Amino acid sequence: MQTNRTMEILVGGFLLIGLVALFFLAMNVSNLSRGVAGEAYRVTARFDNVGSLTERAKVTIAGVRIGRVERIEYDSKTFEAVVTLALDNRYNALPDDTFAKIYTAGLLGEQYVGLEPGGGESNLKEGDEIAFTQSALVLEEMIGQFLFSKAEEKSDDVF
Amino acid sequence: MSNHSDSDSPLVRIRDLVYRRGRRVIFDGINMDIPRGKVTAVMGPSGTGKTTLLKLIGGQLRPEQGSIEVDGEEVHRLSTRELYRLRMRMGMLFQSGALLTDISVFDNVAYPLREHTGLPESMIRKLVLLKLEAVGLRGARELMPAELSGGMARRVALARGIALDPMMMMYDEPFTGQDPISMGVLLELIRSLNDAAHMTSIVVSHDVAETAEIADHIYLISDGKVVEEGEVAQIRESENAWTRQFIGGRADGPVPFHYPAAEFGEDLFGEGA
Amino acid sequence: MLNRIAELGAAGLGVLQGLGRGLLLLPAILAGTLAMLARPRLLIRQLYSVGVMTLIIIAVSGTFVGMVLSLQGHYILSQFSAEEALGVMVAASLVRELGPVVTALLFAGRAGSALTAEIGLMKATEQLSGLEMMAVNPIHRVLTPRFWAGFISLPLLAAVFSALGVLGGWFVGVGLLGVDDGAYWTQMTYKIDFQGDILNGVIKSVVFGFVCTWIALYQGYDATPTSEGVGQATTRTVVQSSLVVLGLDFILTALMFGE
Ligand SMILES: Nc1ncnc2c1ncn2[C@@H]1O[C@H](COP(=O)(O)OP(=O)(O)OP(=O)(O)O)[C@@H](O)[C@H]1O
Ligand SMILES: [Mg+2]
Repeated sequence: MQTNRTMEILVGGFLLIGLVALFFLAMNVSNLSRGVAGEAYRVTARFDNVGSLTERAKVTIAGVRIGRVERIEYDSKTFEAVVTLALDNRYNALPDDTFAKIYTAGLLGEQYVGLEPGGGESNLKEGDEIAFTQSALVLEEMIGQFLFSKAEEKSDDVF
Repeated sequence: MSNHSDSDSPLVRIRDLVYRRGRRVIFDGINMDIPRGKVTAVMGPSGTGKTTLLKLIGGQLRPEQGSIEVDGEEVHRLSTRELYRLRMRMGMLFQSGALLTDISVFDNVAYPLREHTGLPESMIRKLVLLKLEAVGLRGARELMPAELSGGMARRVALARGIALDPMMMMYDEPFTGQDPISMGVLLELIRSLNDAAHMTSIVVSHDVAETAEIADHIYLISDGKVVEEGEVAQIRESENAWTRQFIGGRADGPVPFHYPAAEFGEDLFGEGA
Repeated sequence: MLNRIAELGAAGLGVLQGLGRGLLLLPAILAGTLAMLARPRLLIRQLYSVGVMTLIIIAVSGTFVGMVLSLQGHYILSQFSAEEALGVMVAASLVRELGPVVTALLFAGRAGSALTAEIGLMKATEQLSGLEMMAVNPIHRVLTPRFWAGFISLPLLAAVFSALGVLGGWFVGVGLLGVDDGAYWTQMTYKIDFQGDILNGVIKSVVFGFVCTWIALYQGYDATPTSEGVGQATTRTVVQSSLVVLGLDFILTALMFGE
């Protein structure tokens, strides 16, 4: 009987450890604890070029993460990228003239969306569109522009 | 229990039984009647299918043709549930004992009781000790099967087989690996169980002398056929050459010592070599 | 030549027959579930020998795999100055792939082979026949509790593997290599999706648990009842389980993560 008791305790312990591990994975490793899915509102923003922005990239304001990129689509009428942002409900007081810009973390790091609040009276709501955006800086374009302006400088010298 | 249980009809009735293993014919249309309340011995050379016969009676194997009736019920026509109910009334002592190796001797004997009776644990304990006492192993109840000798394991298995007080016990080679004393004990046990509990016993064995001592009725089988059957005295007096050789244990005679094979010379020097 | 073809045909038929017997065994095993629930002790006993006895090797392996992932990941990520992503990398590899797959492989080697050997030996020593003659269904009594024990244990073991792996990776990355503690966890929680990653990983391990236990039980039950036959069956359990797990993993990954 004693051995039976030990076995039952060990089996109970095993089940408990397994469930704790599952709980840990759900709450500490995944996004479940942040509850973005349920308690978020969505706004869209149009960009000429999203660069290498991906779904689930972060959305920040003043460097603080307030949501994530939920979907990136292409609008074939306006030739623009339509990015859906899921923003945490706690930050629902963003002015409607907020400015959205795609930044790059570090030189080669991942890209994310940074918001800069404007001074508008009313706030962004579920389904609104952010009117003011700036596209991602694409490295090749920047280098191209740089070389182009250098070349112009040189040609100015010649004439 | 059953409307067929009038005491004259045989308990087990086998008719035209045909059974094959691959291409090898084990039984070629045999008929047997195992009388109620008696000890019937089934004897025959090694490999004739004695174990197979017991498994057919127990419904573990399916015959190709023919029928086997136990207490009026045709074993191979029964539903699974009915077959299991019938098996509760049959005990079988396997050649190897077949004890469950992960539980103790006590629990092994208690197993069928706990499984099928729903008796309180105190009652089960009494019954188990009673059965173990009968086979002389009450002191070994805490041992695990791995700690038993082959002979002891067989006796524990016997205690387990009779735990539910079956109407019939089948013994597969109960005497091999027993010292003369425990062999004597077993012989007496089989006999007394049979008489005291009004059981029917089928004993499969090669031990002619010992088996003949307790058997009432003997079947000799060989080559898929019943060679001879009868009361012990009849068999002893038999004129049949085969029977005389088997009972007398002589090497020469009609009983082949060899498994069927091509001529020895052919095998040694033939094309296969 | 003709003989060869005949041999091939016979082998193919043998495989099909085996598959058929395996398929038939499954409903027979499941049919014993209700009877088993009436005797939870049977299940507890098997959870002990299948789950508890496998826990140690899973825990140790998970921790070390996480530590190695962290070490290797840090080396590669630091070349791009992206050490922050270490937590994501470790967790994603563990939760999606390594947790379920390595756990299933270890499970097949540790618990699956033991199940096959145990049942094969029970068959060889006529214990299964003995149960039958005691009017006890050996499939329900012996196989069903073992099946559920394996089915329940593997997902839990995989979760333990992944969780300890993440912690092992944290220990090496944050503790030894100096990655920022906050970055390790925060990046992880933003990138690992509960549904897309964790749940899919759990689904994988549930499937693996089902298949590995089934293979182990079938091989034991179908083993040739000799010591050699049981040995071969045990080997087959490990080989077949491993191959099936890797193949299924590919299919499941393609279905779940390939968009
Ligand atoms: N699983 C099996 N597959 C194929 N053939 C078998 C199998 N089991 C038994 N046989 C064959 O069936 C025949 C009868 O076997 P069985 O075990 O019934 O013999 P037996 O009369 O009990 O012999 P013994 O006295 O040695 O125990 C043997 O010749 C054996 O070759
Ligand atoms: Mg035999």
